[in-house]
Amino acid sequence: MSTPYAKLPGWVEYGLIPLVNLLVAFAVAGLVVLLVGESPLEAAYHMINGAFGRGEYIGFTLYYATTFIFTGLAVAVAFHAGLFNIGGEGQAYVAGIGVALACLWLDRLMPWYVVFPIAILGAALFGAAWAFLPGWLQAKRGSHIVITTIMFNFIAASLMNYMLNRVMKPLGSMSLETRTFDAGGQLPKLDWLMAMFGLSVGTSPFNVTFLLALAAAFGVWVLIWRTKLGYEMRTMGHSPQAARYAGIKEARIIVITMMISGALAGMMALNPIMGETYRMQLDFVQGAGFVGIAVALMGRSHPAGIIPAAILFGVLYQGGAEIAFEMPSISRDMIVIIQGLVILFAGALEHMFRPAITRAVLAFSGRGRTDAAVKGA
Amino acid sequence: MGELAIELKGIDKSFGLVHANKDINLKVRKGTIHGIIGENGAGKSTLMSILYGFYQADRGEILVDGRAISIRDPNAAIAAGIGMVHQHFMLVENFTVLENVMLGAEDSWILNAGITKARAELKRLEKEYALEVDPDAVIEELPVGLQQRVEILKALYRKADILILDEPTGVLTPAEADHLFRILEQLKAQGKTVILITHKLREIMAITDEVSVMRRGEMVATRETDKTSVEELAELMVGRRVLLRVEKGAAHPGDVKLSVKNLTVRDGRGVTMVDDVSLDLRAGEIVGIAGVAGNGQSELLEAIAGIRRAVSGRVELNGRAIDVTGHADPAELRQRGLAHVPEDRHHVGLVLKFEESENAILGYHDDPKYRKGFILDVDAIRADAEEKIQKYDIRPPNARLKTANFSGGNQQKIVLAREMERGPDVLIIGQPTRGVDVGAIEFIHKRIIEMRDQGKAVLLVSVELDEIRALSDRILVMFAGRVVGERAPDASEGELGLLMAGVEGPKEAAQ
Repeated sequence: MSTPYAKLPGWVEYGLIPLVNLLVAFAVAGLVVLLVGESPLEAAYHMINGAFGRGEYIGFTLYYATTFIFTGLAVAVAFHAGLFNIGGEGQAYVAGIGVALACLWLDRLMPWYVVFPIAILGAALFGAAWAFLPGWLQAKRGSHIVITTIMFNFIAASLMNYMLNRVMKPLGSMSLETRTFDAGGQLPKLDWLMAMFGLSVGTSPFNVTFLLALAAAFGVWVLIWRTKLGYEMRTMGHSPQAARYAGIKEARIIVITMMISGALAGMMALNPIMGETYRMQLDFVQGAGFVGIAVALMGRSHPAGIIPAAILFGVLYQGGAEIAFEMPSISRDMIVIIQGLVILFAGALEHMFRPAITRAVLAFSGRGRTDAAVKGA
Repeated sequence: MGELAIELKGIDKSFGLVHANKDINLKVRKGTIHGIIGENGAGKSTLMSILYGFYQADRGEILVDGRAISIRDPNAAIAAGIGMVHQHFMLVENFTVLENVMLGAEDSWILNAGITKARAELKRLEKEYALEVDPDAVIEELPVGLQQRVEILKALYRKADILILDEPTGVLTPAEADHLFRILEQLKAQGKTVILITHKLREIMAITDEVSVMRRGEMVATRETDKTSVEELAELMVGRRVLLRVEKGAAHPGDVKLSVKNLTVRDGRGVTMVDDVSLDLRAGEIVGIAGVAGNGQSELLEAIAGIRRAVSGRVELNGRAIDVTGHADPAELRQRGLAHVPEDRHHVGLVLKFEESENAILGYHDDPKYRKGFILDVDAIRADAEEKIQKYDIRPPNARLKTANFSGGNQQKIVLAREMERGPDVLIIGQPTRGVDVGAIEFIHKRIIEMRDQGKAVLLVSVELDEIRALSDRILVMFAGRVVGERAPDASEGELGLLMAGVEGPKEAAQ
């Protein structure tokens, strides 16, 4: 017995439904703000103004978005092959070593445009390596990828603690970070891009990594929808049985997919290390790996959805910081609540309003069709 | 005309652009067996789902025993005395018969009283309708025929007066099906009303009193069964004349293309599914494997196709061994001339979320003609798909449509086009027409015979005995993992049925 399946037009599927989910999330967040005795409207103002009010604010928003594009793509790539990579956090963290090594080695010898590609490779390599082990364990031993990647996040945290404490910290320094890179380890800001819109980056760390993120998004689209590897990944993601039937080598695809996913997560490390602080600090990832999961969910694992979703989360981060700054009774934790609500409504409860919207749209378009039929007759 | 158990007036239901039921009127008389036939997608299941409360009609009225009622959910249907036996059983596998029958009708949160009552009631029902089942047997240990009886008991336990059966014989042996029909007769004799949904014309003729035919969402005719014929019903279903039996000439078997020797396959739990099977398949012949579902045919096909590892045995394709016990590679086997139409096209043969064109290359996606370097040549892939759509009359002719949106018959044509158009030496086919409508069956059968006439070797597995008999040049019968006999295609249904039920098999094996 097959259930007839109603296909919705694209603007409903990818526009209206996410928008409704988002508005509900904000409405509930507004209630929470009301609960602590503040004005939701004021909070909304600070959120929007803080994210878009000035060139500098936009710079911060896009800086965060850059990070989330990478981690979102990482989750999405794995997701297409039916793998849930929760280890973006650890992969990005370990990838920091790759970036830092390239910078520490070359920052005094080479200009940034030579160091950058090497740092990209370093980030991708270390990120991929950290994802390789869970992938291999899944492929060969059947250890569930969700469990192993979570574990590897903790191992990464301890490993990086050790690295920054004992190996990469300059002698005599008390803070857990590498030395500050020279010019070769510092990425230029995108002030020319902002200037095109008559804005200024100000003190924001909006840098060329953003362009790399856009290129990566395009690259992921090509990979998933235009290469044989992507075809095999999607086949496996939709139906492992069909993949076996087609002669696709499951173990190989799992390992390669996880390494690509890890490499993408790893490239996130370029943004804070070479683009903002010019050194590797303890805990520089700051949960971006987990935000990537939400971004991928919201963006439906499609690059064209991930970029706006990443920007949305950039807004939440930057605008949220502004709220916390302007409205003292709203702490950073409140921002986490708002982000949680967005994830809840846009990700987890994605199907809550779908039936109602579907009915409304179909009722509407159904009427349109009958009219057309009458005219046709 | 007697009293009406059910009357549907002007039932109309759309799903988006799909108009599944158009202004349906139906009258089912009390105490009769009423058949509903139609091709897949004709709207039978939708109509019954409306009657059982899964869907609500957009328009129209439902009258039960002459009273108009609204059926908002299955509970309302049960309250109105309507019970349903689904095609896929809704049983808890590791519960006993008694527990399954009680489930959802326990009366109180303490089970003791309910159990005593249910046991007594089950005894009564068994006596009254000749529905013997051990109430303490665990469902997963019962054969499908008995599981189905439990489903019927469940409905009767809930005081159903009207019983809807959705494709009930798909999983049964001929003997089990006969037994089911006797049960239905018994129910009728006790005054119950039965609605039988099926696409098998023979069953309609054998058991129903009246039959209604659906086509493309419309109720096109209702006939008294003894005043109609199989030919008329088939024509009503399809809307044109159909050949019910394919024409085929004599086979001219050539060299052995596929040879299987002493193949043994176990499933994940270590149960032997294929037990020491040997067979030879020659060019230009169709060998049919008959058997009730679950007797090892599926595993045999999968082992030959390289997607399930065998424990022991030897398989040769074109004289060269396939590493069936080790790392047989389905991709390599395809290159060596083995094509495989899997039994389960929804999960194995197709990726339903893919576009049609993407499925048209599944398994052959490594072919350089679909690629430009690293990048898939989407234009070439779509052009290739369009060509196959034309040749196999796949509808709608849209290579970019999601595969899930094609009907069963057209999905099967997508698989067949992909596997046949490569000109393989050996074609192994599982359930070629499962869930496929009559019109497409004719087409598919013709193609399979064409393949044979082109000198291909065809191994055919089907649970439809009619299909096996119509297409095969030789019939092997499998029971409990063993080949228990070989017969010519003109062997009687009774003879094959006995073999399939394992009645004659063990005796033969012992000799």
